[in-house]
Amino acid sequence: MHQKTLAELSTGLKHGEFSSEELTRDCLQRVAARDAQLNSFITVTGEAALQAARAADTRLLAGDAGPLTGIPFAHKDIFCTRGVKTSCGSRMLDNFLAPYDATVTYKLAAAGAVMIGKTNMDEFAMGSSNETSFYGPVKNPWNPEKVPGGSSGGSAAAVAARLVPASTGTDTGGSIRQPAALCGITGLKPTYGRVSRYGMIAFASSLDQGGPLARTAEDAALMLGVMAGFDPRDSTSVDRPVDDYTARLNAPLDGLRIGLPEEYFGAGLDSGVGAAIEAAVGEFTSLGARITRVSMPNSHLAVPAYYVVAPAECSSNLSRMDGVRFGYRAQDPGDLEDLYKRSRGEGFGEEVKRRIMIGTYALSAGYYDAYYLKAQQARRLIREDFLRAFTEVDVIMGPTAPTVAFRLGEKADDPVTMYLSDIYTIAVNLAGLPGLSIPAGFVDGLPVGLQIIGNYFDEARLLNAAHRFQQATDWHTRIPNGFA
Amino acid sequence: MTLETADVEKIAHLARLAIDPGDIPEYARNLSAILAFVEQLNTVDTTGVEPLAHPLDATQRLRPDMVTEVDEREIFQQIAPRTEDGLYLVPRVIE
Repeated sequence: MHQKTLAELSTGLKHGEFSSEELTRDCLQRVAARDAQLNSFITVTGEAALQAARAADTRLLAGDAGPLTGIPFAHKDIFCTRGVKTSCGSRMLDNFLAPYDATVTYKLAAAGAVMIGKTNMDEFAMGSSNETSFYGPVKNPWNPEKVPGGSSGGSAAAVAARLVPASTGTDTGGSIRQPAALCGITGLKPTYGRVSRYGMIAFASSLDQGGPLARTAEDAALMLGVMAGFDPRDSTSVDRPVDDYTARLNAPLDGLRIGLPEEYFGAGLDSGVGAAIEAAVGEFTSLGARITRVSMPNSHLAVPAYYVVAPAECSSNLSRMDGVRFGYRAQDPGDLEDLYKRSRGEGFGEEVKRRIMIGTYALSAGYYDAYYLKAQQARRLIREDFLRAFTEVDVIMGPTAPTVAFRLGEKADDPVTMYLSDIYTIAVNLAGLPGLSIPAGFVDGLPVGLQIIGNYFDEARLLNAAHRFQQATDWHTRIPNGFA
Repeated sequence: MTLETADVEKIAHLARLAIDPGDIPEYARNLSAILAFVEQLNTVDTTGVEPLAHPLDATQRLRPDMVTEVDEREIFQQIAPRTEDGLYLVPRVIE
């Protein structure tokens, strides 16, 4: 059963080939047997999952089921789940039982999907390797000495290892797409505002977006259909009807105009990855697409701009973790200042503290214009590059990450080197556009991801392109050794 | 921009983060490296470019000024470190 896609499982459940309870037990057993090798889960909610599975079975028998009813999945531990530990990968929230459900949590539960647990992640979503978690690093199922990517490393590893057919993730600078690429699965960051951020613990409010990780574009489309939608409780949620993301999956790609930015194929890109991407793009031409070279001249500003904007926003968002109302509190505080400083100093890990401090500095008196304002101006230039490109092409493609998965510990001591892992994904968050990563090959036995970037709210077109590619190729069906 | 010990101490204070004095040199090094990296932003002339705060260049949605939330203080305070009579307790602020 674990080899079936979400779509196949959905059909199987509908036809009574197996029950949600059987499927859920199977997932729970696989997690119990295999997750020690990966450390992809922080919390497993076995009993609650079986209860939800039984409720789903009742709905299935009554004919009151949607495509996700009875499907087991995992939530990144950044989504508030009522009564269940929601740690954000941090000591700061190690004792935090969320008192409410995120909208994404609510929507998936209402659709009858069965949450089996919360996945490991870089602390407060800050990282590109899942090495900053308070709960220890996640291992890449393709090679346990390599990172799975981050920050949604647990969600990606769990899907790649076939522990769950799908999971939720969040993406602020690449945190769905890059781990999807490094783990050989499909990950989608929707347009900013498409998926509600209510109850999704905030890192950078103008960049964060929740989305699905799964093994196929079709599965991602089914997940997105439930996750997306206007939410009055998220003031940045966009009031726009949700497309049927499965309706046009099979549309032919004849005449699809693909843009390849020259800047995405320059220095820093591993030659093996580059070759795999070029072959993948070649496949699209066989499917009827037309390639155009485009230029995104402000691409080089994306990572620097992000490392001003994201830390600035995080310094503001994380100021709510103060040891007063919830979360970690330092022992025997002397006075209020001591309470704040030691609760935060002890509760947060190093990368989080680094980013809070960069953000605090960039926003402080005398530096705001030089850093934050400048970064916001660069952000507009980056967005304009994309808008210009989209007057000539329908989608933009390139590598998701500059290399395949790197070794655990390899980049952990050098923040700037780690930051450059997101060189192709970050601009997409700055512009708020939708982006998808799909498996497109291997280098030295490790997966390569192809990134497809679309215009605002054009997720259906991205999923269509990816689906047609997945019908013509089999990269997405490969299973890491030991997890078949 | 190279940060010295005093700079790191000041930023840590603003951010209300306790940093062990022994760790300050490494923070200074890493923060300085990050700031040097973001200096690349200064290679581009952005005169006259309007800053972009919201990726879709949208403005804040408003709603009527009416109470719509329900009082759930009891539930929320169940996970608080210390409370009394519906208030959160912290060390004395004013002597």
